[in-house]
Amino acid sequence: MTRQTVRTAQRGTTESAWVRYTLTALALAFMALFLVLPLAAVATEALRNGWDAYWEALKEPDAWAAIRLTLITAAIAVPLNLVFGVAAAWAIAKYEFRGKSFLTTLIDLPFSVSPVVAGLIYVLVFGAQGWLGPWLAEHDIKIVFAVPGIVLATIFVTFPFIARELIPLMQAQGNEEEQAAIVLGATGWQTFWHVTLPNIKWGLLYGVILCNARAMGEFGAVSVVSGHIRGQTNTMPLHVEVLYNEYQSVAAFAVASLLALLALVTLVIKSVVEWRSEREFKAVADLPPEPPSAPSTPANPSEPYVHVPLASRAAI
Amino acid sequence: MTTAALPSSAAGQRRAPARVLPGFNITLGYTLLYLSLIVLIPLSTLVFKTFTLTWPQFWEAVSSPRVLASYRLTFGASFIAALVNVVAGLLVAWVLVRYSFPGKKIVDALVDLPFALPTAVAGISLTALLAGNGWIGQYLEPLGIQLAFNPNGVVIALIFIGLPFVVRTVQPVLEDAEKELEEAATCLGATRWQTFSKVIFPTILPALLTGFAMAFARAVGEYGSVIFIAGNMPMISEITPLIIIGKLEQYDYAGATAVATVMLVISFVLLLVINGLQAWQRARTAGNSQ
Repeated sequence: MTRQTVRTAQRGTTESAWVRYTLTALALAFMALFLVLPLAAVATEALRNGWDAYWEALKEPDAWAAIRLTLITAAIAVPLNLVFGVAAAWAIAKYEFRGKSFLTTLIDLPFSVSPVVAGLIYVLVFGAQGWLGPWLAEHDIKIVFAVPGIVLATIFVTFPFIARELIPLMQAQGNEEEQAAIVLGATGWQTFWHVTLPNIKWGLLYGVILCNARAMGEFGAVSVVSGHIRGQTNTMPLHVEVLYNEYQSVAAFAVASLLALLALVTLVIKSVVEWRSEREFKAVADLPPEPPSAPSTPANPSEPYVHVPLASRAAI
Repeated sequence: MTTAALPSSAAGQRRAPARVLPGFNITLGYTLLYLSLIVLIPLSTLVFKTFTLTWPQFWEAVSSPRVLASYRLTFGASFIAALVNVVAGLLVAWVLVRYSFPGKKIVDALVDLPFALPTAVAGISLTALLAGNGWIGQYLEPLGIQLAFNPNGVVIALIFIGLPFVVRTVQPVLEDAEKELEEAATCLGATRWQTFSKVIFPTILPALLTGFAMAFARAVGEYGSVIFIAGNMPMISEITPLIIIGKLEQYDYAGATAVATVMLVISFVLLLVINGLQAWQRARTAGNSQ
């Protein structure tokens, strides 16, 4: 191939400068309009009457109650889904069994259900006219229109986050390391803590971050089951709605600004996790190849270790 | 997996390698129990409740003029928003993969903002921007363009919600696309546009369609961001999830259940479509790498 052809070929994989600049400018303008401007609007509206009004709005008892309820809800929902996610990923990634892909689809199910429908199903189970309604009323247990219902609805909408992050990751890593640990005499727990967990820690953290963001921000499902009792069953997003509908714009945006901050922190941690996980993978990939000491065939000769990029394949 | 690493007694059995690791029964058991309690049993109540309705009751609930108008709005607005997302998402993904510019990492991270930002916050801030006295609204209002409190607002909220789907499905495919193919096309005399439309576009088409379907599916069920900006006028700007809430607030559980069942069936169909598209994409990628 002549040098001329090489140059033509390489030129063929990009565009002329003005096309590049125009496309970049268009993409950035779109992002600024749809993503940056709404964030800026939240900050401006929250501080419209100055910092004092902002703090006043956040110090209000109902706002505090909403913040507390949101934190409690996330503190219950995220760990429960974490335990489930690890258990499900272990069962699905480490073993072969019939109906596995069906089970994986079922785990994804909550993502494809509208949040409003998610709330409705709990009303149908626990509500006054629901399946368990009469029994619950008899025993004076309140689930719907009370905190337990909010927690349940939140668990439902954040159900798949951690499992679907871990399943592909653990599948790609295979079983060899765990099998070696077991054969060398480690117990199941030791194997999990010292072999599996270090391998999946970034994926785990990634799933937890996304799960937490959704748990704290969920609106539709929680709105159906909450009953909207101020100071008692309003989470932060619901409190934002109440304030907004009462034309307390500054207070609404003040609480919203906390949620926007949560979103930004989530994005930062997520990027750091992606970056660390990528770097660790590169470090492993750059290691010199091991000399073939024992006759062994790798599981997948072409790709001994498959890198699974973390992905916010998210929430539909 | 090497059979050499296994106890010799297990070497003959095909499933044997799995048995080396403990915990299958307990993890699968817990998975099934938790899945049933949180997802399957509650969802099944929706189906059972629907079967307690007579057919005329069901039909009346899901096909009254107000509900039909809400389907038109929900699906129409979701379709338009997903189309806009395909164009804008492809543009953003292309720029992020192919070009370099200052602040690219921040822009890349920001793409996921709609996943991370609570929908209610998105709803009120978009409304604040587009209302008659908002930053953008104040310039459009005199021109007779109204983007809030009507179906336009619904479309805009859904564009916001769906943006990351197309970007995040197309981005990895573009990153993996082999430049050699483009070089070959150029050497054979193709213009850049021909290379794009005949070489690159077919490669990313499955991903684009997947992103479209995901954005559409999410938009159909979306509630939080839409209700603030829509104005929620019956027959005009009332989305289907809001119809369900409205029926619930009037204690019309049967009606709410019927409409919810329609939505649930549609989400299942969309889930199947998305799974099919992803399988197509995987087959495409596997075919390329051989």
